[in-house]
Amino acid sequence: MENSLKHHQQTTDKHILGFWVYLMTDLLMFAVLFATYAVLRNNTFGGPSARDLLSLPFVLAETLILLTSSFTCGLAIIAAHSKNKIQVMGWFSITFLLGASFLTMELTEFHRLIAEGHGPQASAFLSSFFTLVGTHGLHIAIGLLWILVSLIMVWKRGLTENLINKLTRLAYFWHFLDLVWIFIFTIVYLNAHV
Amino acid sequence: MPTYKSYIIGFLLSLVLTLTAYFAVVISAPNSLLIILMLAVIQLVVQLVFFLHVGQEKGPAWNLAVLISTFSIVLIVIVGSLWIMANLNYNMSPQQMDDYIMKSENMFK
Repeated sequence: MENSLKHHQQTTDKHILGFWVYLMTDLLMFAVLFATYAVLRNNTFGGPSARDLLSLPFVLAETLILLTSSFTCGLAIIAAHSKNKIQVMGWFSITFLLGASFLTMELTEFHRLIAEGHGPQASAFLSSFFTLVGTHGLHIAIGLLWILVSLIMVWKRGLTENLINKLTRLAYFWHFLDLVWIFIFTIVYLNAHV
Repeated sequence: MPTYKSYIIGFLLSLVLTLTAYFAVVISAPNSLLIILMLAVIQLVVQLVFFLHVGQEKGPAWNLAVLISTFSIVLIVIVGSLWIMANLNYNMSPQQMDDYIMKSENMFK
């Protein structure tokens, strides 16, 4: 019996570590996109620069929303370890709403830029901007889908050991996205106005 | 291990670091680029420790080891790219670019 418990814990640890290794490869991909942006950020092809196009108050709001969602995600995991199904669903729902607000704001910004003629084809700067920020946004969208599916699973099956394990990996993913955003906020938006 | 304390501390610290960086830029503080980069790195560590509990797992710190390996590669990729591209920019003016392209594509006047 004890051997089976230990084996179970080892499997859980392996799952978490495996997911962590995946996150590291994702980090490497983002690093390449950051390097590309850093190299191309001043290649505006005569058009407007980051300073001209990107609003600071807007991105501060986005950043605070995403940071708060990372916090509420953490609270959801605490609730999961306490086997509190209602709180898990509550905190993940709030995380979802905050994440969806972030994504909506970002899509609004993209739409405005493209509508004004500053789409990804307009210059190397804009290509690298849309690729970097867009890839992050795509990850957020996938995370939101994952949260929705998880909410349904918690509702239908309750908080089994297996499900708590899955929720932990979701939380790692979500925290990771906030980590990447710190650098997008700094290197893309703040840097534009420095 | 996740506790309320770790998430609350992590959240408050991250909040302060974010707002500090924001206002450093808004008031056009001197050396703001260096300041915001340092604040970003600090917030990275804060979130790694308080949200992701890196290095706090039971048993060998595999998470930490893999993280450090990846950071090393990331550093090489980013610093290397910036260095090489800056070098190319410096060494190749537009006329040189045209000459180089014509030569390598075997185009002659």
